[in-house]
Amino acid sequence: MSTEHDVTTTLDVKGQSCPMPVVKTRQQVDDLAPGDVLEVLATDSGSVSDIAGWANSTDDVELLGQEEGADVYTHYVRKVE
Amino acid sequence: MSADTSATGESAAEDVDLAALRTRVDELEDQLAEVDVDAGDDQRTMTIIATKGSLDMAYPPLILASTAAAFGWDVVVFHTFWGLDVLHEEKSENLKLSAVGNPSMPMPNALAALPGMDALATRMMRKKIDDNGTASIQELIDVSLESGVDLQACQMTMELMDYDDDDMIDGVTTQVGAATALEHMADADVQLMI
Repeated sequence: MSTEHDVTTTLDVKGQSCPMPVVKTRQQVDDLAPGDVLEVLATDSGSVSDIAGWANSTDDVELLGQEEGADVYTHYVRKVE
Repeated sequence: MSADTSATGESAAEDVDLAALRTRVDELEDQLAEVDVDAGDDQRTMTIIATKGSLDMAYPPLILASTAAAFGWDVVVFHTFWGLDVLHEEKSENLKLSAVGNPSMPMPNALAALPGMDALATRMMRKKIDDNGTASIQELIDVSLESGVDLQACQMTMELMDYDDDDMIDGVTTQVGAATALEHMADADVQLMI
């Protein structure tokens, strides 16, 4: 796991497929404070494009990075504003 | 016609034109200000008309609706005809897949029409949904409602199908018709009929 991001909360959506990774990420971000970083663990290969696209067109989040592991895709999202 | 007379006449006409022009410019500026206010509203909206009640066709509207809600969009899904079954408390849990007339089914229509084939196809689909970690229709309805999607049930078709408000899933908007759907569609950035 990466240590470059100061992770506040981890969301595990492993085993869930579209649209759940994005939908659950949104719900989790709602519970965060500005500046908090959410780590999302997913196995859905579409989540790389989906979470990037979602973060790109959503005002209150910023995508810090995405990592592709052996079985798990890890996404780092910061809540802004 | 002398040159002087002509010049005076044109000058008077220009004065009138100029005054009219100024008024018109003022009007246009006012209108532009209103347009700017509208454009400043970056709230996107989507209206989906959901007309299908089979297990496979129940998915696209709910997947798009819940995802759009995650994007912060204002979403209405207006369910009519067989689409109502998706919001029906009991029927929603027993949506079926039709084996007949579906070219993607790995069996000929003559076989697919045999008794029990729809049930078999539905069981196979449900197993695949489970194995794939695909959300159930119930889960998608729950997250949609949680994220503020307005799931509407067409009043006319509810009466046609003998459904009461109590038959529908909690949180569904009832007592609405085509005009309600159109009102939302008219302002929507995305309108889909599924």
